[in-house]
Amino acid sequence: MTTILGRFGEIGLKGANRGEFERRLLRQVRQRLPEGAAASLRGGQVVVHVPEASAAQTADAMTRVFGLVSVIGAVPAAPNMPAIAGAAIDLARASGAHSFKIAARRVWKGFPLTSPEINAALGAAVADATGLAVDVHHPDLTLAVEVRSDVVYLHGQALPGPGGLPLGASGRAVALLSGGIDSPVATYLAGKRGLSVAAVYFHAFPFTGDRTKEKVVDLCRALGRYFGPMRLWVVPFTECQVAIRDLCPAPFATLLTRRMMLRVAEELSRRERAGALVTGDSLGQVASQTLEALAAVGEVAELPLLRPVVALDKDEIVAIARRIGTYDISIRPYEDCCSIFAPRHPRTRPTREQVREAEAPLPAADLLAAALSGSERLFVEP
Amino acid sequence: MDVYLDNAATTPAVPEVAAAVSDALLRRFGNPSSPHRWGIEASRVAGAARDVLAGLLGVAGEEVLFTSGGTESNNLAIGGLAAARRRAGRRIVTTAIEHSSVLAAVDACADEVVRLPVDAAGRVAPEAVAEAAAVPGTVVVAIGHVNNEVGTVQPVAEIGAALARLPQRPAFHVDGVQALGKVPLRPGEWGVDTCALSAHKIHGPKGVGALWVRRGMRMLPLMHGGDQQGGLRPGTENVPGIAGFGAAARLCAAAPDAAAGMATLREKLWEAISMIATRNGPGPETAAPHILNVCVPGLPAEVLLHALEERGVACSAGSACHSRRPEPSHVLLALGLPEAAVRSSIRLSLSRLTTEAEIDAAAEAFRDAVAALRRLVHR
Repeated sequence: MTTILGRFGEIGLKGANRGEFERRLLRQVRQRLPEGAAASLRGGQVVVHVPEASAAQTADAMTRVFGLVSVIGAVPAAPNMPAIAGAAIDLARASGAHSFKIAARRVWKGFPLTSPEINAALGAAVADATGLAVDVHHPDLTLAVEVRSDVVYLHGQALPGPGGLPLGASGRAVALLSGGIDSPVATYLAGKRGLSVAAVYFHAFPFTGDRTKEKVVDLCRALGRYFGPMRLWVVPFTECQVAIRDLCPAPFATLLTRRMMLRVAEELSRRERAGALVTGDSLGQVASQTLEALAAVGEVAELPLLRPVVALDKDEIVAIARRIGTYDISIRPYEDCCSIFAPRHPRTRPTREQVREAEAPLPAADLLAAALSGSERLFVEP
Repeated sequence: MDVYLDNAATTPAVPEVAAAVSDALLRRFGNPSSPHRWGIEASRVAGAARDVLAGLLGVAGEEVLFTSGGTESNNLAIGGLAAARRRAGRRIVTTAIEHSSVLAAVDACADEVVRLPVDAAGRVAPEAVAEAAAVPGTVVVAIGHVNNEVGTVQPVAEIGAALARLPQRPAFHVDGVQALGKVPLRPGEWGVDTCALSAHKIHGPKGVGALWVRRGMRMLPLMHGGDQQGGLRPGTENVPGIAGFGAAARLCAAAPDAAAGMATLREKLWEAISMIATRNGPGPETAAPHILNVCVPGLPAEVLLHALEERGVACSAGSACHSRRPEPSHVLLALGLPEAAVRSSIRLSLSRLTTEAEIDAAAEAFRDAVAALRRLVHR
């Protein structure tokens, strides 16, 4: 068996809710464990025991558990210096490093040596046994030693986790997923702050084909590596888009489309018992994302409208998309419905009054009802 | 009723083909290079398929070698012929409307590429080919016999004759992938040196093709390995695929009227939709029998495709290999169509299995889809 430690950060700060947060985190970790593995909470970290053969895979899966700041493969040793030194020498030999340092941390203050004393004693023992050089400034290997009353953990490099809060700790949200680059990143970031998310996708068949729908399903599958199985609402939206184009002034088409999308998403959020909507809006990126446009669109939603990527540059969004594995799916070149009906000269700085006036000819309630009644809910397994 | 009209992309296999593949997988599984009877049996299977294909082309069996498909055959021919003639030059002549496996192979193998223009029907002039090929340093001429997007049939025999009159005649490769089973294909008599074929366009399996190489042609292999297939295409032969190709070719040979039948149905389809569409490329007399490329002005091709799919009809915009890329078809642009027309053009392609009832259903679906979309799309 191998031991993997999952560290969490902020949960520790959350006072009375801490117990609930920890339970959610533990549940998320357990869902990712293979046969024969076990997870428990000990001393403010998640401790996983897993068969050697599936250790790497499990550690990798744990790096996608919201709430975990880092994931570390650890070697346990008995809390006495000879045992610790033996384990440290084995690790140093196996690492292939030329230089090292010891970074001891004494969680259990009852241990007879202080942290600096442990560093000195272990450093000498490892250097003598292996011939490796001690280098406290730029070591190839930093051997962390964590001293507890019942066990001592030694470990090398930590894998970064996503951080944030455990899934569901902040409640539920509905995210508008388009197939582009931004909305999957927004969904991910919402999940990172503890929101469990159901996605909604607006399908404008025959203007968008089944390839685009498949793309959104694949995005949910990729996000599912963080979220687990995801619910995806597919909303038939052709009628809405055609009505907006035929009945309303062209420069407002995108804004009115987005208002209808928010209305649909808000209705669906009732069915999902969700308390927020999540969009991939990034301030000033396109015409419908100026402050005025965001205001004119956002006013139709009663729920809080979360825009996790609002302040990110495209480069920053792309970097996250690459890291979480949605980028390559997002750049597949199938039309999404926004691009087909986009007006040639969109209004960039509309007032709310202008938008309401532009929308007046639209039978919004009927369109909303039709879109909802045609919606289907898919379950996407990661 | 589902109607599959994307046969220029690929065709369904028929039971005889599946049976031949299955038989080769399960019972004639030997390595054709092995000396024992299992090996001999497998090499007989491949040899029989080779002879059937050779019979279809009117060439000798030992001149046919098997590959992984049309793309490999085009690459092997163009790359292999060019490599063997490096000292003579690095110039290759082709046309503007070739399949991407020809254009990309040519680009990769030549220092100088001549892409000859075509007329509105997609035809290249034999004199223009000869003139371009007469320039010193020209080592290969590569031309598709039947264009995959619009069905133009190139005057391959005339081009072969014109090339034969040149003092320094370059090698002449023909991409015959869309021609096999659709139009007469006699490379041996037409002054052609190599000809690429593919099984899955004639109801055979995917992943197997062939290259006819005129006896005595100087050519280098692209891959290095054993001495199979004369060393030109090393590697253990794909015997199950080859058996399936052979079965498909046998059925082709047994259906000499198939082309006329396809042409009749294609014209029936065209007549049924000619009020709402325009026809791209060659007219019915000169076109290959299985391809109909039409433009429905004002409707984006992808939208029409989706609407047709909803009504059970499969077809394509440009060629299937291109449809994931948003660029307009290089073939239709080369025919001189404006970009707006190109973006509103789709290809319907038949096989010899297409029935009259399917054509009637497809025509109905087409009219219905266009009428429905006219209400949705801005004029």
